Amino acid sequence: MASPDSSILPAVVRDHQREILQQWIAEQSSGSNARSDLLSDAELRQQSSEFLQLFREAVQAGNLGNVMGTEWQGVRELLATVSKANAIRGFTPIDTATFVLSLKRPLFQQLTTDAGSDADLLARETWTVTTVLDSLALFTTEVFQRSREEVISRQQQELMELSTPVVKLWDGILAVPLIGTLDSARTQVVMESLLQRIVDTEAGIAIIDIAGVPTVDTLVAQHLIKTVAAARLMGAECIISGIRPQIAQTIVHLGVELVGAVTKATLADAILYALRQSGWSVSRGRS
Amino acid sequence: MVSVRQAVRAWAVEMKFSLVDQTKLVTAASELARNTLIHGGGGSARLEALEDGGRQGIRLIFEDQGPGIEDVKLALTDGYTTGHGLGLGLSGSRRLVNEFEITTSPGEGTRVAVTKWK
Ligand SMILES: Nc1ncnc2c1ncn2[C@@H]1O[C@H](COP(=O)(O)OP(=O)(O)OP(=O)(O)O)[C@@H](O)[C@H]1O
Ligand SMILES: [Mg+2]
Repeated sequence: MASPDSSILPAVVRDHQREILQQWIAEQSSGSNARSDLLSDAELRQQSSEFLQLFREAVQAGNLGNVMGTEWQGVRELLATVSKANAIRGFTPIDTATFVLSLKRPLFQQLTTDAGSDADLLARETWTVTTVLDSLALFTTEVFQRSREEVISRQQQELMELSTPVVKLWDGILAVPLIGTLDSARTQVVMESLLQRIVDTEAGIAIIDIAGVPTVDTLVAQHLIKTVAAARLMGAECIISGIRPQIAQTIVHLGVELVGAVTKATLADAILYALRQSGWSVSRGRS
Repeated sequence: MVSVRQAVRAWAVEMKFSLVDQTKLVTAASELARNTLIHGGGGSARLEALEDGGRQGIRLIFEDQGPGIEDVKLALTDGYTTGHGLGLGLSGSRRLVNEFEITTSPGEGTRVAVTKWK
């Protein structure tokens, strides 16, 4: 029999690893949280078996009071990998935490058998298992959260690039229709992709259309001026179009001058100007 | 920032300001909110609907507990900036509204109140 303050958990996990694993897998595939649509049986078996092995090693090392200790590093790393993979695959944080929490029942069952009639021991062991697994489950939700945030910020970045398409209108003429709030991060993306396309297409004229930008304040103006200046350095002339009457009046009162750029009221005006500038003549055909 | 702009626009639309006046007010709000945030280290924005003898207006009050402005006249000069801006935010927004009031003292913060009448 074990002494009052030494845990039988290490021995239980060591001696019954196989049975615990079987029960745990059964538990996971039968529970209401079973996600066989997202995770194959083989993967589930693999994940559970790896976890239990690392869990066993950590438990043998003896630090049951603190899952942030070095003994638990292997377990934490595996959980972090699982959490991240789950976040990307579309599991909920509950699914991921349930993976850990569902180990409680198999462990309790095995402990009940091994503790025999020692009720004090069983109560103590149950408490130990509960705190350890709860802490590990909390850890998975934390990692899950962080991974989701990474996914979101990457998507934002992609969206930003998508929402600022530089289109080639004609030989040597590019256009960027800007829609939405023009913050510093987005301006950076616009500027970079515009300059890159100027190089790639050897464009001589770039039209920046701001018809879809709700407010043009001094910061937006400054961003535009910088973009125009950079384009000029690359040898391209800029036309800013889509300046609505109310925006024009506001810019004038603010005292902002869009230096270096030709400005046009509409995109159509800008295209016409750009074509003429490049030596094309535009005329309506007779029918 | 975005929410201040949106709130001001919503009020201006609600009170049936002209499109030009809506744009001017939202732009002024954008400038003053950014100054509060960048130069004042963050603060508060308040919106008030005014009614004065049949005349309707909107007042915006921006307050911060930042470093304050040493020389207000200089700060209100076109092109003056202690940062990397165009230095047109303060002077420009004064031209976008009807009433402009600035209270500030070094070390104690800055309060800017602007009013636009319909
Ligand atoms: N709330 C504030 N607290 C402290 N200093 C301020 C505050 N608002 C403005 N200032 C000072 O006044 C100067 C002028 O402000 P202004 O808004 O005109 O220009 P800016 O913010 O530097 O550039 P931008 O043209 O982009 O607005 C600022 O550079 C800053 O030194
Ligand atoms: Mg400013």
